[in-house]
Formats: sequence, C-alpha cells, structure tokens
Amino acid sequence: MSTVDLTALYPVDGDDITRLHARLAAAADSDDVLDVAYRIVDSPVGPLLIAATPLGLVRLAFGSEGHDAVLQDLSDRISPRVLHAAARLDPVARQLDEYFSGRRHGFEVSLDWQLSKGFRRTVLEHLAVDIGYGTTASYGTLARLSGSPRAVRAVGTTCATNPIPVVVPCHRVVRSDGTLGGYRGGPVAKRALLDLEGVR
Amino acid sequence: MKPPFEKVVARHGPTVLRVVRAVLGHADADDAWSDTFLAAMRAYPDLPCDANVEAWLVTIAHRKAIDIIRATTRRAIPVADTPDTPSREHAPDAHLELADAVAALPTKQRQAVAYHYLAGLPYAEIATLLGGSAAAARRAAADGIATLRRTLAHNPFDASPHPEPSHEHS
Repeated sequence: MSTVDLTALYPVDGDDITRLHARLAAAADSDDVLDVAYRIVDSPVGPLLIAATPLGLVRLAFGSEGHDAVLQDLSDRISPRVLHAAARLDPVARQLDEYFSGRRHGFEVSLDWQLSKGFRRTVLEHLAVDIGYGTTASYGTLARLSGSPRAVRAVGTTCATNPIPVVVPCHRVVRSDGTLGGYRGGPVAKRALLDLEGVR
Repeated sequence: MKPPFEKVVARHGPTVLRVVRAVLGHADADDAWSDTFLAAMRAYPDLPCDANVEAWLVTIAHRKAIDIIRATTRRAIPVADTPDTPSREHAPDAHLELADAVAALPTKQRQAVAYHYLAGLPYAEIATLLGGSAAAARRAAADGIATLRRTLAHNPFDASPHPEPSHEHS
C-alpha cells in the first residue's frame, strides 16, 4: 500500500529559517519581547558571546565558559525570551573589534548590571571607571577604591565572576606579588589582553 | 529548566513552517509562521516547564492560520475555499500534484492531516483544536489521507512506507 510522505512535500531549507528568524528578531525587538539578544563575535581570544537586554550589555562570555551553558544561565536568571539577534549588539561588536585591533582604549556602551548585586556591583563599577587602559591594579587596591579595603577576597571573587569581562576590565586586576591571578577566560586570555594593552 | 527561546525556534521552526504551508499554502505561510513565533515568544515565560512545546506551537499556529484565512476570505471576492498552493519553484511535478490535492482537501481534513502527519499531534489534542471528538479528528485525517492516496495512485512518486509519528498517544 502506498503511503503519503507529507514531510517531503513541504521541504524547508536553511534559507527559509534564516529569513524567518531575522524577521522574528526584528518583530520581537520592536514589540518589546526581546528580553535578551545575543550574538557571537570572533576575537583574538576566541569566539565571544555578547548578550544585551534593552538596558544594555549584560553578559560577555568566553568560549571556555560554554556558550550553550551561558545562554541557559541567561534564560534562567533574566528571561527565557533569548534570541540570536545581531542588530542590538552592533555597537558592542564594532567597539570590540576596534579594541582588539588596538584602535580603541575605552568602551562607550550602556551596561545592564543586573547580574551583579550589592558590593560586587560597586567593585565592578569602580573597576570600569578607575583602572584605565594599559594599567593594572592589585585586588587590594580595587578593594580600597571600592570603599572596603579589607574585602580583598570578595574583590577576587567578584573579578572571577565578572559577567561582562573585557568591557569591564577585570583582566587589569592582578595579584600584589605581580602574578596574574585567575581569570574567567583563563590565564592565556588574561595575558593576551594585557599584552594587547602593552602591559608587561 | 526552560531552554532559551532560540532553541525553541531552532528545534521546532521547520515543523511549524511545514504545518502552516500545508494548512495555508506557501504564500501565507511566512506570515503565519512569524505571527506564531512572535506570539509564542511573548507567552513563553508563562509556559509550564513540562509542556509539550511542539503541541503548544501547533495550537498557536492553528489559531494564527485561522486569523489569516478569515482575513483572506474577507478580502477575496469571490470567496476562495482553498488556500494557495505550495511553491512551484523547486518541487517535482508529482509533489505539486499532491500538494494541490492537500490544498483542495476540506479545511478540517487538511488541518487534521497536517497536525497529525507533520507535527505528530495525537488525535485527542487535534480534537480540542478542531472541535468534536478524537474519533472525528482521526476520521478527518483518514479521509484526507485516503484522498491523497487516490491522487498518488494516479501519479505515484513515493510508495515507500512512512513511519507513523513516534509520539502517538491516541
């Protein structure tokens, strides 16, 4: 008995889905349901996932963090309305490109701090403002800048869990003995960023 | 844990597109797909974690397709009972003939066939979409498939057995 293969009757190719996905991303953005937009950009320290809410850049993740795991975490902590959508990330992507080619020394993008609460947020805000391109500071110095000179360990944890590395430059925070200390993207990435900025 | 909506689009986007192409025809399918996924994305945070996502999407697609059919019916004079046929760009002739046969099915048969044979929805769930009993939904799908088989008998292009949807419940 012959059977009807309906799936073969309605072929769907990658172009169909790409076209419809782009249309969905644009509609979701203008309808205010695009809670988290993300894209992947190439960089000298590997592919970076960048994610933004309507408020601003909320997350930057190294490949070593596992981008699928990062997206799941964003879905759990912010909203499951997560979509690959390039447009919102265009300014960040362009500035990262300029930074990695040495043409940019500071980022001018709005940030959404919602993944960092309380003292951690205070620390990261100081880090973003007070420790400039091509310089480093110790964890103790950053603790002092943050108004809690004895909270060196908490500052270390904060830097290690910085949700927006590179843009919020925790790679510039090193141990007081001159060794690099830990980094979310791994020690090789930390060294590469400091080399890029001309820090020996 | 609820997957990011991006995964929902990647996992179910092609099936939903096939369903709306079968129910509406190629010309309106993009609009129905877009309306479906935008509405789904809006409601996604409230969807229970253990929900059958594909069945949920097909339910939304069903309603969006009805909206489009109604809008088209209001616009079109004289009233067209059958939707546009699928794309003629790439399909072989036998596919076209069969797709025309799908398009010519009575609406309920076409819906039942699409929801069951393309999306794997059990007849009990199709019945809640179409009204009536699960048995009536099964009959509508069977009648539709019988018509399509008669088309095939005139112009056979695929005589290979096609597995039933694996998540059949009814």
